[in-house]
Amino acid sequence: MIEVKNLYKSFDGVPVLEDINIQFEQGKTNLIIGQSGSGKTVLMKCCIGLFPVDQGIISFNGRDFSGLPDKKRRHIRQEMGVLFQGGALFDSFTVEENIMFPMNMFTNMTLKEKKERVNFVLENVNLGGTNEKFPSELSGGMLKRVAIARALSLNPKYLFADEPNSGLDPKTAERIDTLLYDLTKKFNMTTVINTHDMNSVLEIGEKISYIHKGKLWWEGNHKEILQTDNPELNEFVFATALTRRIKK
Amino acid sequence: MKLFSEIGEYVLLILQAFKRPDKGFVFRRQLWTDLKQIGSDSIGIIAIISVFLGAIMAIQLAYNIDSPFIPRPIIGFATRSMLILEISPTFMSMILAGKVGSRIASEIGTMRITEQIDALRVMGVNPANYLILPKITAAMIYFPVLVTFSIFLGVFGGWVSGSVTGLVPSVDYIQGIREWFVPFNLVYAMIKTLVFAFIITSVAAYRGYTVKGGSVEVGQASTNAVVQSNILIIIFDLILTQMLLT
Repeated sequence: MIEVKNLYKSFDGVPVLEDINIQFEQGKTNLIIGQSGSGKTVLMKCCIGLFPVDQGIISFNGRDFSGLPDKKRRHIRQEMGVLFQGGALFDSFTVEENIMFPMNMFTNMTLKEKKERVNFVLENVNLGGTNEKFPSELSGGMLKRVAIARALSLNPKYLFADEPNSGLDPKTAERIDTLLYDLTKKFNMTTVINTHDMNSVLEIGEKISYIHKGKLWWEGNHKEILQTDNPELNEFVFATALTRRIKK
Repeated sequence: MKLFSEIGEYVLLILQAFKRPDKGFVFRRQLWTDLKQIGSDSIGIIAIISVFLGAIMAIQLAYNIDSPFIPRPIIGFATRSMLILEISPTFMSMILAGKVGSRIASEIGTMRITEQIDALRVMGVNPANYLILPKITAAMIYFPVLVTFSIFLGVFGGWVSGSVTGLVPSVDYIQGIREWFVPFNLVYAMIKTLVFAFIITSVAAYRGYTVKGGSVEVGQASTNAVVQSNILIIIFDLILTQMLLT
């Protein structure tokens, strides 16, 4: 479980996140939703340690993370897998080398063990046999799946995904959602997904945290969100004609 | 004020880069790649420019030294001395600042804007150490080799042009390049080369690492890396010359 307590973050004196209290639960897909500029990406970057927090605590299974200096965060960081919006794969490495990279850096596995692990995670994201391809040879959806495979390479306890569906067609986006959901269940991870894709919200939102103007505005799940009477959330979720029809 | 802040940032980044690598074999593999990209891939351009510069210098010296009281071997001597003291270490470093520096700045800058550096940090890797240290090490190993190569090719270019044009007889040129040799001049050239190698790679890495924005900013970082490296090369050339030759 990841716990965010009384989080406050500002840039140049302008508050971006104020008094955020959230618990991301193990074995569930925890979604952070909100409009562009609401602070959800900042929240995720605070959670993974890319932004220092001004006030508050972020802890992983009771272990304080935000209060640790960068050097001492390494142990917890190695339990995290992060899927960046653009994939952030290393261009000069093949798919296999990308996935092997964290193992090269932090384990003493033999080459055979590493290759087995690469094949295992690639099979899990349905990309078996792409080991020798370079990122430039992959489609957007495949890039995201390789990035997921890399995030899984060290068998993480916590998986973060920043807008995993952005730039993908609806079919591929759904496949990524299903994959993240299935992997969360299979490996019993605490998965945190940043999204404003309503299909994701309605399909895999086991726990949804709505951030509005830097504050935690609403919490619930994909069933409760359909019945909410919160006006700001309704305006956000049912902004399109299609979602309004679904609500009716 | 901005200058001081940038110098501070640069120093902190280089200190981060000079930490002990996490895994020796990963560092060695990265170093091997950088030796190829920074060193081997620059041999062609260094060879062409050195041969032509040596040739041009020999012709220009012959053209300017037409007094019968000045012995012809002076042309070979002057060509060699200029190549060792200035042309090969300084001019070639400026060429390498353009080729290698821009490449490093744009490579690291692109990694920054595509979140690859963030990915390294999140994994618990020290990105400065992983990305910058092998590049600085590779340049400091390979640049002296390239400069030595440049000196030999420049001297060879002068000999070819002098002989082919008939301006400098081969015997006189060879006598000139063998006379009045001061071994310390080579040491001076190598010290300068090492300092310039450090400047080129570290400034370019800093510019790339601190990019904010998109492709336009990566382009700007690349240009700034080359311009600032060249200015620093000239400044340090003067400082080192004053320190080592006077």
